[in-house]
Amino acid sequence: MVSFAGWNMPIQYTGILAEHRAVRTAAGLFDLGHMGQVSFAGPDALAFLQWTTTNDVSALEPGKAHYALLPNETGGVVDDIIVYRQPEGQDGYMVVVNASNRERDVAWWEELRSRRDDFDVGIQDISNELGMLAVQGPVAETITSRTVDVDLSGIDNFSWRRADVAGVSTMIARTGYTGEDGFEFYAANEDIGIIWDALLKAGEQDGLVPVGLGARDTLRLEARMPLYGQELGDDISPYEAGLGWAVKLEAKEFIGREPMAQIKAAKPPRRAVGFTTVGRTAAPRSHCPVIVDGKDVGYVTSGAFSPTLQKNVGLALISREFAGVGKSLQIDVRGKLIDAEQVKTPFYKRDDG
Amino acid sequence: MASPKDLKYTRTHEWVRLDGETAVLGITDNAQNELGDITYLELPEPGDSVSSGEPFGVVESVKAASDVYSPIDGEVVERNDEAVDAPELINQSPYEKAWLVKVKVSDPTQLDALLSNDDYDQFAGEQIG
Repeated sequence: MVSFAGWNMPIQYTGILAEHRAVRTAAGLFDLGHMGQVSFAGPDALAFLQWTTTNDVSALEPGKAHYALLPNETGGVVDDIIVYRQPEGQDGYMVVVNASNRERDVAWWEELRSRRDDFDVGIQDISNELGMLAVQGPVAETITSRTVDVDLSGIDNFSWRRADVAGVSTMIARTGYTGEDGFEFYAANEDIGIIWDALLKAGEQDGLVPVGLGARDTLRLEARMPLYGQELGDDISPYEAGLGWAVKLEAKEFIGREPMAQIKAAKPPRRAVGFTTVGRTAAPRSHCPVIVDGKDVGYVTSGAFSPTLQKNVGLALISREFAGVGKSLQIDVRGKLIDAEQVKTPFYKRDDG
Repeated sequence: MASPKDLKYTRTHEWVRLDGETAVLGITDNAQNELGDITYLELPEPGDSVSSGEPFGVVESVKAASDVYSPIDGEVVERNDEAVDAPELINQSPYEKAWLVKVKVSDPTQLDALLSNDDYDQFAGEQIG
């Protein structure tokens, strides 16, 4: 067990490699109770989220979701988030935030609201009332279908709807953080354990296993999904992180839009790149320096042994002039220089994905 | 699981077996269990020297890299290339197949300061407790 943002969380249940493999070949069950959820309600919920997030919230149909960033005022990022619009018949939005950023996200939103008197919007941190879990993997849908009272084929990618699981009311979303198909469940804290048990029972025959934080990290890295604090931060712009697609400069005005537009126009000095190491080596980890021709050109943001590729993979933030698929890098791992090559990302993409 | 009786142990979770002038070093079952799936192993070459209390190698799991410390002074006479090529051997067989290095010992009395299997099991149990 490890303490993470005030939560006791298992790094692994049985072993990171076995758990990782289960998600890639069958399915894994994740306890995500640590994740934060914030609800936005009131007549100006849409306008407020438009002003305080980077993606175009006006494009979200009822029951749809998208990835977005919560910007600061200097071109960097306070958090990366998923914005869910409530399904038909219900107003407002729910935003899922990172556990370690929850309090400062809410404080930032409240500060932004207080700056203007024209937003009639309620901001409520509902993290402590809501439990969250995920089922991810090629057989996630088969397993989940045995437990729910709705037709899952009606839930597209980045959509959600209300459903019952084992007599318990839940919101079920086709979203995730593994690069596999799957679902995330949101339900009252006292009910989430019932859903966990129902899913585990329904999925055991197909190889469903609980998965800890360790494999969650290797899975998201293979799929090149960013982790706040590593690929993203207050001093890293979305354009450096390769997340410019989640910033809709043309669609609307928002906090931090000007500095982001300037960074984009000037071409950011750094770029996030993917790499693999050459031969059997120690695994580059976050903060390892990246070297080209003896010169320090950046640092590793995430690195690990990839259980799927059976070699080390990583992401690094380096000076733009050295970035490019096929170009070589060296990584300083505990004082030893390891040869690496820049490669296309994601490192892993599922067949039908 | 109880540690083998015929070995000596360190508080940094290595084991030593003295065979004449040669000491065989490895990491304990408890250590491999805590580290999880081991993916990479870095060991010194024959001819390299090792020093008591100093790291001589690195064992890396999916989670993290950990130094491996020598409890004795001496010179490496052999390293386990089989374990280097297949680091998962450490998870499977920490006391048999996955010994790490054999060291020609300079001062065998250095082993006297090491833990017995019972003392080590008690120490490791308290640490995890």
